[in-house]
Amino acid sequence: MASISFQNVTKSFGDFNAVSNASFEINDGEFICLLGPSGCGKTTSLRMIAGLETPTSGRIYIGDKDVTGLHPRDRKISMVFQDYALYPHMNISQNIAYPLKVRGENEATRGERAQEVADVLKIGHLLDRLPAQISGGQQQRTSLARALVNPSQVYLFDEPLSNLDAKLRLEARGFLHHLQHSMGMTSVYVTHDQAEAMALATRVAVMDQGRIVQFATPMEIYRKPATTFVANFVGNPPMNLLPVEAMVEDNRLKVKADGLDVADIPMQRSFAEAVANNPNITLGVRPEHLRATAEAENVVRGKLFANENMGAEKLVTIERPDAARFTARIFTDDDIILSEDVALGFSSQHISLFDTDGNRLALDDE
Amino acid sequence: MTLSFQQILSRISFSVLAALIGICFALPLIWFLFAPFNARAELGLEIPSPFTLKNFFTVFENTFAMRGLLNSFIQSIGGVVLVGFAATLAAYALSRSDIPGKKSITYLLLLFSSVVSGSAAMVPIFLIVSKLGLIDTHVAVILVFAGGLLPTAMFILRDFIDGIPKSYEESAMVAGASSMQAFRDVALPVIRPGIVVVVVWAFVNIWGSFLIPFILLRSDELMPASVAIYSFYSEAGTPIVTLLAAYALIYSFPVISLYLFVNWKFGFRFFGGIKA
Repeated sequence: MASISFQNVTKSFGDFNAVSNASFEINDGEFICLLGPSGCGKTTSLRMIAGLETPTSGRIYIGDKDVTGLHPRDRKISMVFQDYALYPHMNISQNIAYPLKVRGENEATRGERAQEVADVLKIGHLLDRLPAQISGGQQQRTSLARALVNPSQVYLFDEPLSNLDAKLRLEARGFLHHLQHSMGMTSVYVTHDQAEAMALATRVAVMDQGRIVQFATPMEIYRKPATTFVANFVGNPPMNLLPVEAMVEDNRLKVKADGLDVADIPMQRSFAEAVANNPNITLGVRPEHLRATAEAENVVRGKLFANENMGAEKLVTIERPDAARFTARIFTDDDIILSEDVALGFSSQHISLFDTDGNRLALDDE
Repeated sequence: MTLSFQQILSRISFSVLAALIGICFALPLIWFLFAPFNARAELGLEIPSPFTLKNFFTVFENTFAMRGLLNSFIQSIGGVVLVGFAATLAAYALSRSDIPGKKSITYLLLLFSSVVSGSAAMVPIFLIVSKLGLIDTHVAVILVFAGGLLPTAMFILRDFIDGIPKSYEESAMVAGASSMQAFRDVALPVIRPGIVVVVVWAFVNIWGSFLIPFILLRSDELMPASVAIYSFYSEAGTPIVTLLAAYALIYSFPVISLYLFVNWKFGFRFFGGIKA
């Protein structure tokens, strides 16, 4: 196992910067998720760690070793590909044991190790089959087995679960989490599924347009999103964002918008300058922090737009006068009867504020 | 299900038309299968009676024609090995590397190849081969065919390799393989169906070609079957139909068996390692 270090890494394809000046450290034994929409540079970053792409500038270290220009074979890494990349002409046993074969292990050892790993992943009975003869979930586990068969310093995952159906994906996700916990392997995991990132990662790097927007623990990203982009990307449904006008009065911050009653917010150092320069800020509240009541510190009002029953919870969406929509996740077994005009309440501790550029306005104790 | 009169009529006329077209193609093939076994074969279609192998025995006695078959094998296999080997390596490089302008290189080669292998270039080709001192050798025929077929072979193979995900080799390299090992262990077996297609195509091309060996070769001992077939024409230039038919059947046998062999042995069954 080893740490990974990115130092001012940039990767350009022609005029397009896939990754712009990224610097971060991954500690030994961490499970890092690179999260972002397609084209944000997360896969390119992973491929640079693997050695399948060479950075245009900057250095990459695995452990203490500068691997920037090294061939993939010399990096002591394992990787699971999105399309699994199982060799169609080799049976499952040969597929799993291929990393041992190229490292010169004899056939007996290869067979033994393949059997061991396959048994752990519950594909031990399939070793004689060809990849085309097993199911998608089994193919996925075969590619995982191939990555695990040879001890590596770093394990890389390129959206390994995206080709599985919803049920298998949850199962595989749980298994990966268990595996990483029991083995403590340094892992970098690329995904566009925020739930996967939240569930698996010790820390998440949220990327947008080649830049790392926030690199923090899943809880911090969830509670204190650094930008409106992160707020919008993490959480399902995403954080409700509402443009408001801010004013400073008696050293307290007042925010105003139609149909919104928000208690004054104690003035923070970080607000003062931002609000003075531009009073048009954004207020954010997560759907699960909204309640179907007008008796709360803060209330947002609108016309009922949709009321979706999800089983454990209900998704209530209201449309506000400015056409913005607010969604609440309400956890109740009772039917909620909503009239046309709906008020949703939330407490002050759940408010996030973002300046005009979308950056978080931190509370002083953050 | 009931059909209207018009639908029935259109179905009948379609079937009749299809049958007529089918017959046009089937008749020569049926002749081709029957005539060799008929001692009095004419250009008309006739069921052999009695059924005889006499034509074949006469053909086997014609040493020029028999050596022609051997020469065809030498030239075809030589050309196929050269085309298969060079096209695989070239197509792989053109597909996987980042050589700037690799696309235009391929198209340019393809364009020229249609000129080079055509009869228009026969004079310069003859002059080049003659300057190299290779006139009247198997090597000359093999090289000219390889040169003519390579660009198209490369083009077909490159397209085939483009369609194969890079992640095969990438996963091999991450697993610890060198680029060479990744090519040999993973890429080559996956590309094989494409190589087989190119090899069969090149074989059929060389096997059936007349002009190039006819011009580049002088001595009877080196002529391939496509040229030797003329030994079954009389002095006056009229074909001896019985022997010609028997020889033609023998001549077509390697190509047919190659197709059958390839279909049985390779086919296109290597799929399923990549989840689309």
